[in-house]
Amino acid sequence: MAKVMLEVKELTTKYITRFQENIYAVDHVSLKVEEGKSLGIAGESGCGKSTLALSLMGYYFPPLHYTSGEIIIDGRNISGMEPDDVRKSILGKEIAYIPQSAMNALNPTQKIIHFIEDVIHAHESHVTKKEIYERARKLFEILGLPESTLQKYPVELSGGMKQRTVIAISVLLSPKVLIADEPSSALDVTTQKMVIKMLRDLMEKKLIKSMIFITHELPLLYNVTDDIMVMYAGQIVEKGTAEQVVFDSIHPYARGLMGSIIVPEQGLRDVKLTAIPGVPPNLKNPPAGCQFAERCQYVRPECKAMSVNLRELKGGRAYRCILSEEELREAYQNG
Amino acid sequence: MAEERKVCLRGSKLTKVFGLGRQKTVAVDHVDFSFYEGEIVSIVGESGSGKTTLAKMLLGLLNPTEGEVYFQGKKRDIGTHKKKKEYWKNIQAIFQDPFSSYNIFHKIDSVLLDCINMRGGRKFSHTKKVEMMTEACGFVNLKFEELTNKYPFELSGGQMQRLMIARIFLLKPKILLADEPTSMIDACSRATILDMLMQLRKEIGMTIIFITHDIGLAYYVSDSVYIMEHGKFVESGTADEVILHPQEAYTQRLINDVPKIYEEWDLSTV
Repeated sequence: MAKVMLEVKELTTKYITRFQENIYAVDHVSLKVEEGKSLGIAGESGCGKSTLALSLMGYYFPPLHYTSGEIIIDGRNISGMEPDDVRKSILGKEIAYIPQSAMNALNPTQKIIHFIEDVIHAHESHVTKKEIYERARKLFEILGLPESTLQKYPVELSGGMKQRTVIAISVLLSPKVLIADEPSSALDVTTQKMVIKMLRDLMEKKLIKSMIFITHELPLLYNVTDDIMVMYAGQIVEKGTAEQVVFDSIHPYARGLMGSIIVPEQGLRDVKLTAIPGVPPNLKNPPAGCQFAERCQYVRPECKAMSVNLRELKGGRAYRCILSEEELREAYQNG
Repeated sequence: MAEERKVCLRGSKLTKVFGLGRQKTVAVDHVDFSFYEGEIVSIVGESGSGKTTLAKMLLGLLNPTEGEVYFQGKKRDIGTHKKKKEYWKNIQAIFQDPFSSYNIFHKIDSVLLDCINMRGGRKFSHTKKVEMMTEACGFVNLKFEELTNKYPFELSGGQMQRLMIARIFLLKPKILLADEPTSMIDACSRATILDMLMQLRKEIGMTIIFITHDIGLAYYVSDSVYIMEHGKFVESGTADEVILHPQEAYTQRLINDVPKIYEEWDLSTV
């Protein structure tokens, strides 16, 4: 059995606003990523995907606060650690994060090599600049990036190049888990493909041990990750292998997401895209029952009355609905 | 049907060159095209292929270095500001980034009121104006009562983009130029936006020029597709022709670069 790289148990985090309101953006999320596997997180904007990514690092700064739950990276529980310790011993080494606008993360007044020196010096003192350069050169060679990039300023690089450089910097210390938050959303399809290929290479060349990939593009997730988790209003609404979630989703929301896929394949023009009406609930005062009830086609009176638990099926599948799998399938068949 | 189609916008040998001498960049290189009335046309290409430069020339925001644009059979004349304003009644645009499309100091009401005024509704009574704004917001599934007296930054990206479409609904231009209208918003709102654009075409019969790098989107919405590479159209034709039976290697590459679901996605060809 493969080693579990990242295990999260019932993690809950909240934002505290200026008016002391609590917003639970990550609500009892449990997940597990094994060595050599990748997990995709899907959902529309504002459903807590990026907050989950931040929470997973165990590094909280206001207005984000830790509430409860456990984060275990390769057998080591990091929840409840002091932020300073997390920064020194966890970030970069154990878990690395590529933010959404990674391209803007580079200081325009510094050369690329400077960022690399920064990362290594933060974790290992007594490394000479020469050694660092050598290490960076090797890494860039493995990843197929030109060595000349190291001596360039960020403005001299194209968007795709910057993104790939940021990815390379984030895996310098071979982290156990890499969290990629929409790494390709601002790129065009051709550069997007390069970035995806690079992420795949990282896994194959064992530079990272596992990956969490966040995006709202389901076709992308399907091609990159082994498992997919669908989030809605801070909760997991469906979990399963990529195949299962894409072709055979159980939860009405996951099905709605599937309806918005556009791929240039025969027959697309005959398909009518279905959009999910409405917007996600305001989490300042979330609805009492099912969070999706307002927008659900198959809503029943009891949906709004009681909270809904995640139903575990065999093979690691799970979904959050009061209806049973058979009832839901029947409803889909009848339209 | 082919005979009765009227050409709405035509370009001949349209060229834009930036820079001089050795720094010279030919962004758009002698392109010829005819867009017909009531048609949805897509211009597809990767970043840096000159799509947006072409769009800006069509809008009259950039002067072409060479070539002419013909609007409804006549040579376009936007020499003076007044003429330009007249031209903009016929051609409108939705841009990529909804967050920077609005003036942050103006309330949503004034955005919509400007449109009514531009269409000669300056003398309408207040109730009539509110009625029109409510109708336009209703068209894009927004509630005017919730929007009135708000500022654009209080809306989400999808809502802003929908408000953009509400503007278009009020203005009823002949041509709408949509420059990557869905690339900054998520997949769920994307379907809504596309649907609204299609509905808008049905309702007021306008021509939509859709600029995108996602060939899947182009295939879904458009009647005809132009593929652009290095400032030139390398392939054009109906959507089915171009996307299901691409002739050019460049088109094939673009199609290969989009992640697929039912077919294998080949990652080796990067």
